Amino acid sequence: MPAFLNPELGLIFWQLVIFLLVLFLLGKFAWRPILLSLKEREDTIDNALRMADQAKIEMQQLKAGNEKLLADARHERDRMMQEATVMANQHRDAEKARATEEANRIIAQAREAIQQEKNAALAEVKNTAAKLSVDIAERILRRELAEPAAQTQLVDSYLKDVKLN
Amino acid sequence: MKRLLSILLCFVSLSVFANEPAVEASKGEGFNPGEMILEHIGDSHEWHLATLGEGEHATHVSVPLPIIAYQPTKGLSMFSGGQLAHGHSHNGLKLEEDKLVAEDGSKVYDFSITKNTASLLFSAALMLIVFTAVARGYKKNHGRAPSGLQSFFEPVIIFIRDEIARKNIGPKYERYMPYLLTAFFFIWFNNLLGLMPGAANLSGNIAVTLVLAVMTLVITLASSNKNYWAHIFATPGVPKPLLPIMIVVEFLGIFTKPFSLMIRLFANITAGHIVVLSFISLVFIFKSWAVAPVTLAFGLFINILELLVAILQAFIFTLLTAMYIGGAVEEHHDADHQIGGGDGADQAHAPLHAH
Repeated sequence: MPAFLNPELGLIFWQLVIFLLVLFLLGKFAWRPILLSLKEREDTIDNALRMADQAKIEMQQLKAGNEKLLADARHERDRMMQEATVMANQHRDAEKARATEEANRIIAQAREAIQQEKNAALAEVKNTAAKLSVDIAERILRRELAEPAAQTQLVDSYLKDVKLN
Repeated sequence: MKRLLSILLCFVSLSVFANEPAVEASKGEGFNPGEMILEHIGDSHEWHLATLGEGEHATHVSVPLPIIAYQPTKGLSMFSGGQLAHGHSHNGLKLEEDKLVAEDGSKVYDFSITKNTASLLFSAALMLIVFTAVARGYKKNHGRAPSGLQSFFEPVIIFIRDEIARKNIGPKYERYMPYLLTAFFFIWFNNLLGLMPGAANLSGNIAVTLVLAVMTLVITLASSNKNYWAHIFATPGVPKPLLPIMIVVEFLGIFTKPFSLMIRLFANITAGHIVVLSFISLVFIFKSWAVAPVTLAFGLFINILELLVAILQAFIFTLLTAMYIGGAVEEHHDADHQIGGGDGADQAHAPLHAH
């Protein structure tokens, strides 16, 4: 059998000893720190990605919240506008009604005043007429008119005066 | 062990076989490619760098390596391999065809720092330097992007963790990560180092792959749960009369799995070396410059292929180890789901076996 097919005891021994030594030393000073660092880094990346995802979701929520707020505000504005319009209309109507009422009241007052003035005037006229009548009668009595025709003519002329007044 | 290895021979690829008679045939003069190749893929008590001159006047340039021997009668002895050069003996020990023997024929246990052991020490040091540097990178660039060596190895480490360990072992993968990573990088580094000129063929050495396979076996058995043993001794869905056969098959399966790991790595790497060396040998066989372009083209092609094989074999070894562990730690039993992890794993498994 060729020598290279025959495992040498010496090499088996050295291979066993040195390999186990290398395994122990590398396990302690290389593989452990390397694998731990790799794991730590992967965890960090994983966490960062998860946090980014969460931030994205939060952003979306925030955006949705903002939009809702905006929509609410718009809605509120519309409602307020509507309310204001209604109120303005009511106000205007009320004002109109009040104005009409006031106008009517003024007209009524005016009418009343006119009526009063009229009555006063009529009373005045009556008084004046009575006075005039008394005057005329006085004058007629004072002149002692001879003729009846002349008396009548005089009364008529006085009456004419009165009418012109 | 001898019987085991004769079974092993059947698994070894043909190219390995083809070189065998050449060794036996001629030990005479001139260039013997078989001898040269076997010398390169085999282990040695010296690190041979070059041979200057030819025949009788040849000067071998080589680095002597420490000899460590244990003899039951004499105890431990340790001295430079230079003492044993050119057939000299020292302390009652001598080298016979690069095999350490006692002059009086007594038993010698050879724990020498051979070329492969030296290469093993070098690769172990290299791995420690490289990966502690990578680990330092994580401390330095804490919370920042990786840089330098760290960014080169990080994808590989993540690939082993996610695609090999997590997929095939399941939720308990973390405690097996150190072994999987060490095995992967040990095999990959040594495969690549083996491709360097003058380097040792460490990951193509059967002793090395034997130790790695036994470790996988031990880890698999140590982490096995009752489902694993239930699958072996009472395979679900098998009719009662067939059970005795199945038990034998499944029981052997415990050992054939790591055995295949051992042979696959050994044979792939050794065969690669043999092919590269064979192409290089063509120059010396034909003794002509005309053959250089062919040698160069094929040698380069195989060498680049070996770069791919280097990582591929590391990947396969790690993947299969993860699958075996996955089979042992699996919680609830499901026949379709047997090898750890769902759709991709089994398909990936099939073509790799063919390699």
